[in-house]
This record gives sequence, C-alpha cells and structure tokens, in this order.
Amino acid sequence: MSFPWAKPYEPTHPLMKWMDEKLPIPRLVYNATGPGYPVPRNLNYFWNFGVLAGAALMIQIITGIVLAMHYAANAGVAFNSVEHIMRDVNAGWFIRYAHMNGASMFFIVVYLHIFRGLYYGSYKAPREMVWLLGVVIFLLMMATAFMGYVLPWGQMSFWGAQVITGFFSAIPLVGEPVREWLLGGFVPDNATLNRFFSLHYLLPFVILGVIILHIWALHIPGSSNPTGIEVKDEQDTVPFHPYYTAKDGFGVGVFLLIFVALTFFSPNALGHADNYIPANSLSTPAHIVPEWYFLPFYAILKAFTFNFLWIDAKLWGVIAMFGSIALLFFLPWLDSSPIKSSNYRPLYRIFFWILVVDVLLLGWCGMQPAEQPWVILSQIGAIYYFAHFLVILPIVSRIERPLPMPNSITEAVLAKHATDTSSASATA
Amino acid sequence: MVRPLGFLVGLGFITALVLAILTTPLSNEENVAHSFHKHPRHLKLASDGIVLPHWDKAQLQRGMQVYKEVCSACHSLHHVAFRDIADFGYTDGQIKTFAKGFQVPSINPDTGEPATRDGLPSDYFPSPYANETAARAANNNALPPDLSLITKAREGGKDYVYSLLTGFQNPPKNLPAELQPGTGLHYNPYFANLNLAMAPPLAPNQVTYADGTKATVDQMAKDVTAFLVWTAEPKLIKRIQVGYAVFFFLLIFTVLTYLSYRNIWADKKH
Repeated sequence: MSFPWAKPYEPTHPLMKWMDEKLPIPRLVYNATGPGYPVPRNLNYFWNFGVLAGAALMIQIITGIVLAMHYAANAGVAFNSVEHIMRDVNAGWFIRYAHMNGASMFFIVVYLHIFRGLYYGSYKAPREMVWLLGVVIFLLMMATAFMGYVLPWGQMSFWGAQVITGFFSAIPLVGEPVREWLLGGFVPDNATLNRFFSLHYLLPFVILGVIILHIWALHIPGSSNPTGIEVKDEQDTVPFHPYYTAKDGFGVGVFLLIFVALTFFSPNALGHADNYIPANSLSTPAHIVPEWYFLPFYAILKAFTFNFLWIDAKLWGVIAMFGSIALLFFLPWLDSSPIKSSNYRPLYRIFFWILVVDVLLLGWCGMQPAEQPWVILSQIGAIYYFAHFLVILPIVSRIERPLPMPNSITEAVLAKHATDTSSASATA
Repeated sequence: MVRPLGFLVGLGFITALVLAILTTPLSNEENVAHSFHKHPRHLKLASDGIVLPHWDKAQLQRGMQVYKEVCSACHSLHHVAFRDIADFGYTDGQIKTFAKGFQVPSINPDTGEPATRDGLPSDYFPSPYANETAARAANNNALPPDLSLITKAREGGKDYVYSLLTGFQNPPKNLPAELQPGTGLHYNPYFANLNLAMAPPLAPNQVTYADGTKATVDQMAKDVTAFLVWTAEPKLIKRIQVGYAVFFFLLIFTVLTYLSYRNIWADKKH
C-alpha cells in the first residue's frame, strides 16, 4: 500500500519495460526505497538508524563470509586459525577486526533505533507489527552475536558459552538434559563449536528475511515521524528518493567514520583480554563478563539473589532476564496512550529518561564483580526496569494530559520555521 | 488483559528483588590481598598511540635477543615465524642464518623416527617443551604461558608485562602469613594473587647487547615488552597507517554526502 499521491513507476526504456512484465523487481525497489515511497518530510537524524542497521548487517555478512573462508570450526585449531587470519591472510586483520567491531556497531545502531522507537512511540498502532518483528530481529541478533563470540575459542568464548547455556539448566526437571542437548555434550566442546558456527552462519540470513518483513510491515502504514501525527496529504511527505537517500547517505558516512576509527585505531577497546587466551576447561577466568551489549540483561540476571516462593534465585534471574526482553512484545498494549511522540507527553517523557539512565546503570553494574554497591544498584535498576514497563507505563498512559499538538506535519514544520526565523531576526 | 497480567508479573519480579535487597548484606568481604596489589606502571613505546607510531627496530632486535637468551628457556612463541622478523630490518640472508640457529622438530626421512633439523625462515619459533606435561614437570607444576599474545591477553597489556618483569621484590613486612610466598613462589605486587611461580627472570647484564646499550633490568624489560607488543600484533603499525588513509577518504566522502544532502533539501522546509 502507499499514499494515493505516490509517484507511479513508469519505465521508459524497452529493457526496463520488458523486465517489469517478467519480474518487476525494479518496480518493487522504486516503490520501497525510491521516488515511489512518500515519507514524512520532518524526519530527524534518529530516523537514519534503520538504514544504518541494514548497512551494519551487510558489513557483518560480507566480512563474515570472507572470515569463514579462512576460519576452521574445530576446537583443536579454531584459536590458531583466528591468529592465522590476523597474521598471514592478506588484510585478514582488517576483515577480522571489522567483523568484531562491526558487531558492536550493529548493536549501537540497533539500540539507538530502539531508543527512537521508544521515545517517538513508533511501536503504537498502526505499526505494532513493525515493532514485534523488530523485537524478533533483536532476539536473533543476540543469539547470533553470542554464538559468534564463541567461535574464536578463547577463554571468554568458552566460559561465556558455559555460563549462557547454563541458564537452561535452571529450568526444573528438563533443564540439564536441555543444556546437554544444546551443547552436544556435558561442557562446551567441539560439537558445540561446530553447531554454533553452523548457526552463526545461518542466523544472519534469517535476520535478513525478518528485516524484509519488518520493512514490508512498515510500508503498509508508512514511516512514523517526530510529531507522531499521521500523514494527511501530499505536502506532509517527500519522496524517499532523492530526499532520504541523500540524508541516509550522509548518515552512512558518519557511521563509517566512527566504525573505521574504532576498527583501525582501537579494535580491542570493547573486547576482553581473556579472549586472547586459548579456551581451557580447567582454568576459570577470575571474572566472566559477556560482551558490552548484553551487560544490562546480565545485571538483571545477577540481581536476583533470593529464593522467593518455590523458585530459586537462579531461575528467577533467568526468567527475569528473558522476561526483560519478552515484555517488549507486549509494549504496544502496555502503553495505551494514543499520543505517539514523547514531545507531547510531559509525564511519560520523565519516566522515559529515567529508563534510559536505568539501562545505562544496569549496563555498568553488569560489568562489575558481584560486590556491593553494584549488587544493590543492579537490584534497584532491575526494579525500575520492570516497574517502568509493567506498572508505571500503563498508569501514566491513563492519567497523563498531553500537550497541545499541531494539526498536521506541515503545520508543525511551518511553526518550527516561523520560530526559527523570528529568533534569527531577533538576534540580528 | 495485557495490562492487569503485566502488572501482576511486574509485582512478582519487584517483590523478588525487594526481598533480594533485604537479604543481601551491604558490606563486602574484606579482600586483604587487594590492598597489596599495585596498578601496572605505564611503559611508553614508539609503537604507542595513533600519532605516527612506528616500530623501534633497534629495540625490537634487542627485545628478541632477550626473548631468545632468557624467556625462551621456558616460554614458547607459537604464532611467530622466523620470516616475520623481517619487520626488524633484517635481510633475507640474516633471517636464514638466524633460523638456522634453532633446531626444529622433524622426522628422519629414512627411518620415520622423530628427529630435529636446522630451522628455515618458514618455521615457527620452537617450543622449549614437548608438551604441557613436560612443561609442568620442569616448572614445579606451573605452566609457562605462550608469549605470542601475552600483551593482548592480560589486563593492562604491555604496562602489565613490563611491571611484572621489573616488579619482583621482598614481601612487605606487614604482609599477612597467608599471603606470604610459599615454596617455589615469588612475591610480585603486580601479579593477580601476589605470588607467582616464575622466578625473577632478569638480572643486570644478563645479555650483552650488540649495539652497546647497557643491559639493566629495566632496559631489558622494556625491550622484551616492546618485542612482545610486536609478537602480539605484527600488523599494528600497518593497521594505523591504513586507518588514516581509510578515515580521510571517508571524511571526504562524508563531506560530499553532506553537501549533496543540503543541496537536495535546499528548497524543502523540514
């Protein structure tokens, strides 16, 4: 679906006409990311992150395919094959560091994309399905990143796999058999490494498939925008191409600048020294920590230290950690306010910023050893996390009185320009 | 339906967490070893940073000499081949001669029995022990780690390695009995648990440098650490150099995309 004023695809060249009759891929592209897709004219830079996430995925897939040509998924040689890539393969050090830091860049971009969705209420009707598919992509990314981190078969790879598959052993009765089934043994070993490699290669293409659904679902109502007011007529929109292709091109440039700075100048800044020690099942690292993008969830896991009801602390932690992501599936219905943009939600906005600080705090706590004050801080942080989504948000969306809103996107844009010019003439 | 159920689930988590807070003691167990532990001292090398880093070839040559004459008695260097030392300014002939000075494991072509032969530039630095068991047997059950990646594989990196090499000392007088070095252990405040199996490896004038540099413990520690920074990542300098080229290329690309973005949007208020 698209807006009635969307520019129709009219091929002129005979070859394109022929193609359009046989397999209308050019038409699809034209209507999806070309002049045939009208987009609100007022998108800010936060709307760049969808395209950037796509770019990050493509970088991961391309560098990953090249790495797989040189990597050996065998517990005996995996570590050495990574060092072989770093030392002997032409530009192997670049491909490997790009893939390693590309994962971090992918998560940075996706977290900012989620931030945008939360602040501007992108998850609300009519875009619930876009949000649900987004959460699926996020879960798939986490699984992919976790299995990828196991592949170098360093100490943190091995012990990370041990700890994370250990979550499943918290499940009563079937936990331990499930864990052994996942690992293909009693501890992570060659069987584990092989299946993780296989799945690590598979899942990015599954992600790609879900991204296509994500974009498809987005194109039915069209993109949201910072006012949260739906598009009303033609003057509210501009064609995706050239307006947003140009803006996204600039966004990709900035993204790549940060990415190469990290990759070339500080490639190990986000990693762990322990992962340069080959995996050793007989020597446990002093301090097992997951990659930075899992830290807030790791802090939630560790926050539960009390056996409450018939569930022990470990199982509480595991349920809460999975629950902290699973609750995102219900977000469109937990927040009943029809107002999308936080710009017009004075009360929600306060709690939203507390949530942002809270997640950063949880991330910091996740990095620390199980000592005070980090334990109590992660417990308080976890309380706020669940309270925010399950208690505060439903209440706030009931009692809040939104600020006055403009009637249309164009009116908001013109009002902004009117104040810009008046303040400019005042200073002049 | 979602909201009341969510509310109940939320209350469940919050109750479990409040109980967890109430039952977790707020004080930490005192860690005595922690107060004796020292932070690594900073070591400045020519390869540091991103402003024109370079390999100090003379220092790397000296560092390799220290590795060869001291460290290699116990520590292997799995990932480094003789051909790699071309980075230090050696000619092909010098590398061949250097490699020849090592005996590497081989197979006798007539009998198939294990044997050794002279090293070739394509060979890797041979390990001092045949296997882990032999290494432990010779070192009071401690395993000397492979040094190829050591400056990347420890918190503190090169600073840690340098500090550890120069940090051996007599235990302080107030060190509690349980932290005193046991038999075969040596006190070093830079080591995680204060006592390690490695004896102080460096003594003044232990090696004789060809370039006349005075072989103090500090100098040898600096040189061998510089060498180990190189073994951990021989492509480090190239990485930074390529990084500049890529960064400035992309900077121009980004400026151009910005200008075209402004140009395309010039007539649109947004």
